[in-house]
Amino acid sequence: MKSDIELLKNGKRLDGRKPDELRQIKIEAGVLHRAEGSCYLEWGGNKVLAAVYGPREAIPRHTQNPLRAVVKAKYNMAAFSVDDRKRPGPDRRSREISKVISEALENVILVEKYPRASIDVNIEVLDAEAGTRCAGLTAAAVALVDAGIPMRDIPVSCAAGKIEGKVVLDLGKEEDNFGEADLPIAISPRSGKILLLQMDGHLTHDEFDEALNLAINGCKTVSEIQKKAILEKYQKTGGK
Amino acid sequence: MNKETREIVIPSQLLGDLKSKKAGRGTFIEDGKIYAEVLGVLNANSDYINVVPLKGRYDPIEGDFVIGIVIEAMSSSWLVDINAAYPALLHVNEVPWDVDFNETEKYLNMGDTVMAKILQVDQEKKLQITLKDRNLYKVKGGNIVNVEPSKVPRIIGKKASMISLIKKYTRCRIFVGQNGRIWIDGEEEGVKKVIDTIKKIEEESLSYGLTNKIKDLLEKDSKDVH
Repeated sequence: MKSDIELLKNGKRLDGRKPDELRQIKIEAGVLHRAEGSCYLEWGGNKVLAAVYGPREAIPRHTQNPLRAVVKAKYNMAAFSVDDRKRPGPDRRSREISKVISEALENVILVEKYPRASIDVNIEVLDAEAGTRCAGLTAAAVALVDAGIPMRDIPVSCAAGKIEGKVVLDLGKEEDNFGEADLPIAISPRSGKILLLQMDGHLTHDEFDEALNLAINGCKTVSEIQKKAILEKYQKTGGK
Repeated sequence: MNKETREIVIPSQLLGDLKSKKAGRGTFIEDGKIYAEVLGVLNANSDYINVVPLKGRYDPIEGDFVIGIVIEAMSSSWLVDINAAYPALLHVNEVPWDVDFNETEKYLNMGDTVMAKILQVDQEKKLQITLKDRNLYKVKGGNIVNVEPSKVPRIIGKKASMISLIKKYTRCRIFVGQNGRIWIDGEEEGVKKVIDTIKKIEEESLSYGLTNKIKDLLEKDSKDVH
C-alpha cells in the first residue's frame, strides 16, 4: 500500500521523532484492587491495562500440567479502541496475539514452582495506535512482577520497522499502515534472549539485522522504564 | 543502603556471587551468580541471601497453622481455601468429630471458617490439612482480617513479641494464621484497635524498630481509653 503522505521528511518522522526514537511511555503498577497484580501503560496513543490472577488451580482440569504451571494470557481489544468499532470478542488476530504472549511469558516465569496451576494474564487494549502487542506484553510483565510471581527476568517488548526504505524504531499508526515492514520482538533483557519475534512485510537480510538491533536497543530503554515504575510504587511504601 | 528502610529488589536483579554468599529463599542461580526471583525485601545479613516477597500467594509449609474457609463439602471430605494457589483437602479422619458418610455438611459447611494445621504438601502440591491438634476448631464469632502472607512474621514479631504486645494492650484473643488471615475476638473497641495496629504494621513493615514504635502507639492509646 502506497500513500500520498510523506512518512519521512528531512530525517524526521510524521510525529517529529528521529528514526531511532521511541514514543512517550508511561507505566503505573498496581492500579487494580481485585487483581493480584496489575499495570496501566500508555505508549504513545496506546492505552493498555493488564491484570494478573493466580497462581491458582487450572480449570478445566485437562489443561493442568502436573509438572508446571500454565500461563494463560488473554489479549482483548475494547470495542472503542479503534476508529471503526471493533466487533467484541476473540477473533483470529487476538487469539494469535494471546498465544504468542503466553509463550513469551512462560519462558521467564518460574513455572516449575506451581504444578497444576494456571497464571491468568488479562490484557485489555483500551486505545490502540500501532504496536499494541508490544505494549500489552510490556504491561503484562509489570503486572506479573506486581503480583509477586517468581520470574527469571522481566520481559520487555518493542517493535522496529521500515518506512520509505529506512529502518526505524517503534512504528506509529500511519507508519504501520503505509510502511513497508513491521518487526515486533520481545526479549529477556538480562540474557538478551528473544522471546517473541514476528514480522510483517519485507526486509532484506541486512535490513532485518539492522531492525533487530534497533528493536533490541528499544527494548532495553523500555526495560528501564518498567523497572523504575515498579520501584516507584514499592520503594517508599511497600505498596500500601 | 540506608538504615531507615530495607532495600527493595525486583526480579532478575543481581544480588551477589556464589563465592561469597549462599542463595537462599526467593533467589535463583545462573552462571554462578545469584539473582532475585520475586519482588521483595533483600535480607543479606547472614551467609544466605534471602528475598522476602512483598506480595503473592501463601506458600504452604507442613506444620503451619492457618485459617481456612470451607468452599465445598464432599461425601467424606471438605475442600478448604487457605489462600494458597491450591485448595486444601480436609478428610473426615482429620476432624475431631465422628462423621458418617455423606453427612459432612452437618459439621462443616460452605463458608465456615476453621483453624487448621497443614498436614501434608506433596510433590504435586496437593495439600492436606488437619484439625487434630491443640486449639484447632471451627471458628464461631470474632472477626477475620486479611494481610499479605509475607507480612505475618512482622505481625508476630521476634519470639512473638509484637503479637503479645497487642494482646496485652487490647485484651483481645488473636489467632494469626501463617496464610495471612488473622482472627480477632474481644470487645468492640479492642478489636478496632487491633485492626488499626495490624494495618499500621503492614504499612510500616519495611522500617526498623517497629515493635517499639507500636508499643508507644498502644501505650498512648490506652491512656486515652482508660
